[in-house]
Amino acid sequence: MMDSKQLYQEVILDHNRKPRNYGALADATHRSEGLNPLCGDHIWLSLKVDGGAVAGIAFEGQSCAICKASASMMTTVVKGKAVGDVETLIGEFRAMATGQLEPATQAHHLGRLTVFAGIKDLPSRVKCAILPWHTLHAAFVQEGSTTTEGEADPVS
Amino acid sequence: MTAQTALAVTPPTLDVERIRADFPILRNVHPHGKPLVYLDNAASGQMPQPVIDRLVRYQTHEHANIHRGVHTLSETATAAYEDARRRVQKFLNARQEREIVFTSGCTEGVNLVMHGYGRRFIGEGDEIVITWLEHHSNIVPWQMLCEERGAKLKVVPIDDRGDVILEEYERLVGPRTKLVAITHVSNALGTVNPVKQMIAMAHAHGVPVLIDGAQAVPHVAVDVQDLDCEFYAFSGHKIFGPTGSGALYGKAEWLEKMQPFKGGGDMILSVTFEKTTYNAIPAKFEAGTPPIAAMIGLGEALDYVGRIGLDAIAAHEHELLAYATEKMSAVDGVRLIGTARQKASVLSFYVGEVHPHDVGTLLNEDGIAVRTGHHCAQPVMQRFKVPATARASFALYNTFEEVDALVASVRKVQQLFA
Repeated sequence: MMDSKQLYQEVILDHNRKPRNYGALADATHRSEGLNPLCGDHIWLSLKVDGGAVAGIAFEGQSCAICKASASMMTTVVKGKAVGDVETLIGEFRAMATGQLEPATQAHHLGRLTVFAGIKDLPSRVKCAILPWHTLHAAFVQEGSTTTEGEADPVS
Repeated sequence: MTAQTALAVTPPTLDVERIRADFPILRNVHPHGKPLVYLDNAASGQMPQPVIDRLVRYQTHEHANIHRGVHTLSETATAAYEDARRRVQKFLNARQEREIVFTSGCTEGVNLVMHGYGRRFIGEGDEIVITWLEHHSNIVPWQMLCEERGAKLKVVPIDDRGDVILEEYERLVGPRTKLVAITHVSNALGTVNPVKQMIAMAHAHGVPVLIDGAQAVPHVAVDVQDLDCEFYAFSGHKIFGPTGSGALYGKAEWLEKMQPFKGGGDMILSVTFEKTTYNAIPAKFEAGTPPIAAMIGLGEALDYVGRIGLDAIAAHEHELLAYATEKMSAVDGVRLIGTARQKASVLSFYVGEVHPHDVGTLLNEDGIAVRTGHHCAQPVMQRFKVPATARASFALYNTFEEVDALVASVRKVQQLFA
């Protein structure tokens, strides 16, 4: 079993302490709300899509450190990327968090997001890490709100 | 004589090491290589060896379906099942065996009262009074009923300590009230409600009372005749019995007036396509084959608790809780949620700004099992303006050393996030 200290490493603690791109965009073209009802993680994303790319993104909300750090790092990584590339990243992040993609041996575009690889060993926390990505996808497809439960459940 | 009297009222000290030896899971499991510190008793208790042995003996020597066959095994199983009912009766000090209905747990007990009493007797404009402390399972069934019947749910507020405000309760119970449904002990905060007083206050208006005893029975001696409640529901697994077991106590005259909850076998006297005659209580409410072994296990668990004595258990847990409250309060940044005048078992807390789920994951690394989340009591969380809490809940087998381990681990969490 993974030592959770490996997960609560400095980069994640730092993003939790000082989340990047925290707040809301006044000129957002897409917004969505993500809720993990089981633990109460609740975030709002606002983003500005311009010319098929993410020109701006911000998040706010109440959540655990894993969710907040995941959201914070997500905003820094996706800013400036084409929507299609971001959708690829969303898929890869979900696959990594649910143990279907092993970043050490399989090809991916996750870069420093692999600090979340260990979450697959903490089944009750997988949804915390995935929620921001899930919410980003919902924003792209213009769903106002999303949850980690039901049909969209990443771990069922 | 005076000395003897003093001795008689002092509860015997609990031999915790001996009790721990009865619970194999406490020595068999080592999360992250650490001894298990199990502080999630409010979610589910562990099972002592006598209960495990009873389940094995039933399945290996006594099993058949009950209330049906004339053969030896069926009679043996029926006798064991009905003996378990008598043990529940004795445990709650009910007048009669037939006042004990076996259920799958406290949730089913509440739902049984909702369907059996509520759907028969509660209509438009009627009111049901609950408190702000309720578990979702004593909120949602009443909301469903209110929606169906046009009745109203009235919620008694709590103060900043987590105590029910009795003046508000008195104000809310009135001529329109058809039922009071309240928890004995709050699962999220540990508040012990003054249920005897609240029952008397409801009775002054002729209103029947259902007590949700899920969190109370492992910690507080319950005497339904002394309380004089109409209904008392609890779950077996929280009092060291099997999941899927539980019981609802109901005064016979009320159970008789109520309609059945589920239709099926065992709850009927006769069936034709034109008319079905229902069985007498409690069978009227026990349709289908129950988890027989689970109920027999429940009976054994109640006897186990009875042999140790709830007074001794309560005294031990009270000391543990007082010790834990003092030690945790001394940790910088720790905020205790729920500081009611009278509490049982539960210590809900918040560590600085750290989300309870992070606290739970990190405590687990030290082998400590606590519950994190809203505890199926979201209104309580909203009342204290927190999305969730970490909750340590104690049982008879917990020790002062385990409290020390909890406090040390909480300090580590705080340092990590500092």
